[in-house]
Amino acid sequence: MTAVLFDVPGPRARRRYVIGTVVAGLALAALTGWVLWVLWDKEQITPEQWEPFLEPNIVELLYEGLIDTLTAAAVAIALAVAFGALFASGRLSDHAVLRWPSIVVIEFFRAVPLLLLIFFLFLGFGGPLGTFWALVLGLMLYNGSVLAEIFRAGILSVPRGQSEAGYAIGMRKSQVMRLILAPQAVRSMLPAIISQCVVALKDTALGFIIGAPGIVRDAERIYIAPQYNNPLAVGIVLAAIFIIINYSLSRLATYLESRMRREGRAVIGIEAAAEG
Amino acid sequence: MPDYLPELADRLLDGFLVTLRLLALSGLLATAIGTVLAAMRVSPIAPLRAFGTSYVNVFRNTPLVVLFLIAVVGLPAVGVLQGSFFSRAVAALSVYTAAFVCESLRSGINTVDPGQAEAARSIGMTFGKSLRIVILPQAFRAVIPPLASVYIALAKNTSVAGAFGVTEATYQLSNLNRDFPDELYLSFLGIALGYIVIVAVISGTANRLERRVAVGR
Repeated sequence: MTAVLFDVPGPRARRRYVIGTVVAGLALAALTGWVLWVLWDKEQITPEQWEPFLEPNIVELLYEGLIDTLTAAAVAIALAVAFGALFASGRLSDHAVLRWPSIVVIEFFRAVPLLLLIFFLFLGFGGPLGTFWALVLGLMLYNGSVLAEIFRAGILSVPRGQSEAGYAIGMRKSQVMRLILAPQAVRSMLPAIISQCVVALKDTALGFIIGAPGIVRDAERIYIAPQYNNPLAVGIVLAAIFIIINYSLSRLATYLESRMRREGRAVIGIEAAAEG
Repeated sequence: MPDYLPELADRLLDGFLVTLRLLALSGLLATAIGTVLAAMRVSPIAPLRAFGTSYVNVFRNTPLVVLFLIAVVGLPAVGVLQGSFFSRAVAALSVYTAAFVCESLRSGINTVDPGQAEAARSIGMTFGKSLRIVILPQAFRAVIPPLASVYIALAKNTSVAGAFGVTEATYQLSNLNRDFPDELYLSFLGIALGYIVIVAVISGTANRLERRVAVGR
């Protein structure tokens, strides 16, 4: 509840809230009941649909798929951080020769759908690259470009006096960047970087479309097997796995951001990460 | 074999018309659902708040591909959502984007000065009235930039529909590549350019709108 919208409720408002709570609670319970009834009616809440997820070979398949997905995401994020650092420093450069190409690269890869990039890499270089690297390089280009903008904002958020002091004691530009600005900026960017990791992890699921190894591809093998034939149950299990991981990461980012704000530090907030 | 360039123009036109229809329909639906959710998330009724919060946490953290799997394969298998691939894609894109719309609106509501709400309440407006007449119009101004990023993300996300039976712009890349494998770079750049134009139009409109409705606070 946002304090902006309400006075402290009086007796009548409190009564209305109680009535509203009861009505809304009943409505939501009815909705839940209706959904469950439809699923029951369509024979979705049966042992045949859900028992496969207790079979050791299925659990192992999903586990290995999850490891593949997490590996792809981790490699992509590591590469994206390097890519982002490179192009952020390019965009912050005083030399137009470095600045303009960096701007073009960053803006291009931020505007183009990630799936189009992955398709292009897969169709054009799928032979030598393989599906894993087509996916990872696509993720690197997109997330790297978003991270480049986050890094730039982080560097610019360091107070001017810091770099001026660096120049005053005779440091060169590269020294100021490396020794003064970057170390201070990294902390302020942590929440935004973690949020971008959530985006990257979600996007790793796109690898399913080109057949890259990952949990979604392995999960598809379960429901297309005629003895299981449970696409809805598989979809719900997949969603649950991603929600648990991503929700934890998001909470960590929010916690870090609020702690840094309390300490009065400069912070590049989680909203700097890409939407969707 | 037809000439490449006219064929490219033809298929780009076909593809982007579908992309734009996806964008417009899911954008409208997502905005409607997201607005209701945002109202729930700031309401004094605890179950509604809990529902709004759970919705956002569930749909924001699920990969869009998994939602597409559920909407295109899972639900139709149980007799729900048996329309065309296009309508299933709109369903998946809308429920996903609604979570982001909701969060943009909520953060917008949080930027409204508490004094505005207090003034509205003190002249006797009800919750609904203060929300509709005082809070939401101001919140909408504050949410134009984040909302624009949500619509840009949606425009790019429509590409996922191409892998689930909708012949939109990104699908045209593999389609073109099948007939003209030597022109992959041009096909890619042509489709990329189309998306860049859409993104530029959305962010340009948002900038203009933001300047027009900007208020000093």
